[in-house]
Amino acid sequence: MTSIYGLVLAGGASTRMQRDKAALKYQGKTQLDRAVEVLSRYLDRVFVSVRADQTSDPTRARWPMIVDSVPGSGPIAGIRSAFAARPNVSWLVLACDLPFFSETLIHPLIRARDAEGFATSFATAYRSAHDGLPEPLCAIWEPSAAQALEDYQAAGGHCPRKFLIRNGAHLLDLPDPRALDNVNTPEEYAQAVATLDDSAPMQLKIQYYALMREQAGRSEETLETSAATPADLYAELAARHGFTLSREQLKVAVNSEFCDWSRKLAANDAVVFIPPVAGG
Amino acid sequence: MNFRFTQTAIDTGQARRELQDPGAGGYVSFEGWVRDHNEGQEVTGLEYEAFQELAVKEGDRIVAEALHRFPLKRALCIHRVGSLGLGEMAVWVGVSSVHRGEAFDACRYIIDEVKHRLPIWKKEHYRSGDSGWVNCERCAAEPQHSHAEHLHRAAT
Repeated sequence: MTSIYGLVLAGGASTRMQRDKAALKYQGKTQLDRAVEVLSRYLDRVFVSVRADQTSDPTRARWPMIVDSVPGSGPIAGIRSAFAARPNVSWLVLACDLPFFSETLIHPLIRARDAEGFATSFATAYRSAHDGLPEPLCAIWEPSAAQALEDYQAAGGHCPRKFLIRNGAHLLDLPDPRALDNVNTPEEYAQAVATLDDSAPMQLKIQYYALMREQAGRSEETLETSAATPADLYAELAARHGFTLSREQLKVAVNSEFCDWSRKLAANDAVVFIPPVAGG
Repeated sequence: MNFRFTQTAIDTGQARRELQDPGAGGYVSFEGWVRDHNEGQEVTGLEYEAFQELAVKEGDRIVAEALHRFPLKRALCIHRVGSLGLGEMAVWVGVSSVHRGEAFDACRYIIDEVKHRLPIWKKEHYRSGDSGWVNCERCAAEPQHSHAEHLHRAAT
C-alpha cells in the first residue's frame, strides 16, 4: 500500500475574496498554517502546492512546496504536479479555503480508503452535504489518477469535481454537514471567523458548594474549556474531579440564575452546579 | 428584601417587629430547629452552607409569590448559615395578614418552597463521628434511586 502525503492547495487566485485566501487568519493563524499543521499531525510529509510565481511569498515559503510543473492551472495542475514530483505516493489533497476542516475528518478518510477505495477508485472523497456530489479538494488521490488526470486535462477538462463524477470516487458521508463549507467572499470570511471564535476555548469560573466543594477540593476555579453547554462542562469536570452525583441529580446556575443544561456558555460565565438541596 | 441570611442567632423579636402593620389582625411564624436525630442517626450538630447570591434572589421570589397568592400584609424569611448546635434555630418564617387563615397557609407555603428550591445544603455530624451532606450522600451511593425530582421541584 502506498503511503499518504499531504498536499495543501495554495495556488488559487482568490478572485472573489480579493485577498489571498491562504493568508486569511482564523483564531490568530493563517488558514495555510492551520491546514498544514493539522495534516502534519497525521501524515509524515505535507507540502504546499504553489504556482511558480508564489515561491518567495512568505505565507507559503515557510513550508515545503511543490511548484506547478505541468501546463495549465487550477487544482488539477497542482495535483498532477504532486504526482509528477512523487509518483509513488497517494496525496491527501486539501484546499486552503476550508476553515471548518478539522482533524476529525482525516481518520475516516484514511480508513475508508484503506478498506475499499484504494483498489477500486482514483480517489476517496467526502460526499458534499449540499448536493451529494464528491468533494475533490478534501480527498485522497491515488497514483492511478495521474494518467487519467493528464488525459482529462488534455481533452479540455479543468474541473476536479467533474473528473471524479465521471470516473467514480469512493465516497463517504461527512460527520458534520458544515465541515467542508468553503469561504469565497469577505462576507463568508467574516461569518466563519465569528463562528470559529464562538467555538474557541473560553475562560469560565466555576464555584463549588457542599459535597461538590469537598470532592473538587476547592470552592472555585477558573478554567479554559471548549465545553459549549453546562452539560458538556459537567461531563468534563465530573471526569476530572470524580464527582459522585450524576447530572440528573443536579441543577445548574449561570451568573447566579438557574438555567437549562443546554444553555450556550459564554466567556467569563460563572457556573455553579447545585447538588440536591436541604434548606429549612 | 423579604429574605435574608444570618451568620448569628436569628433575632425573632426584631423579625416580628418588621411584620407589624396597622391593618394586620394576626401574625403566624414558623421556626425550624436543629433536632437530635435524622433518619436513624443521632445528630450532634450541623452546618448550613448556601449559594447566597442565588438563594437570596430565589428566596425573595418565594416570598413575593406568597404575597401575590395570599392577601397578606407582610412576609419575611430568615435562614441561618454556618455551624449550629442542637436546638438552635435554622430558619424563621413570619407573615402578618388581616385574617388568620391565609397567614397559616402563606407561612406553610413559604417554608415548603424554601426547603425545595433554595440552594442551601446541610451537613450533619453524627454521634458515631461520621458526617454527611443531607440528600447527597445516599443519592450518590444509589444513583439509580434519584431524589432529584422531588428535591428539585420546579419553581411554580
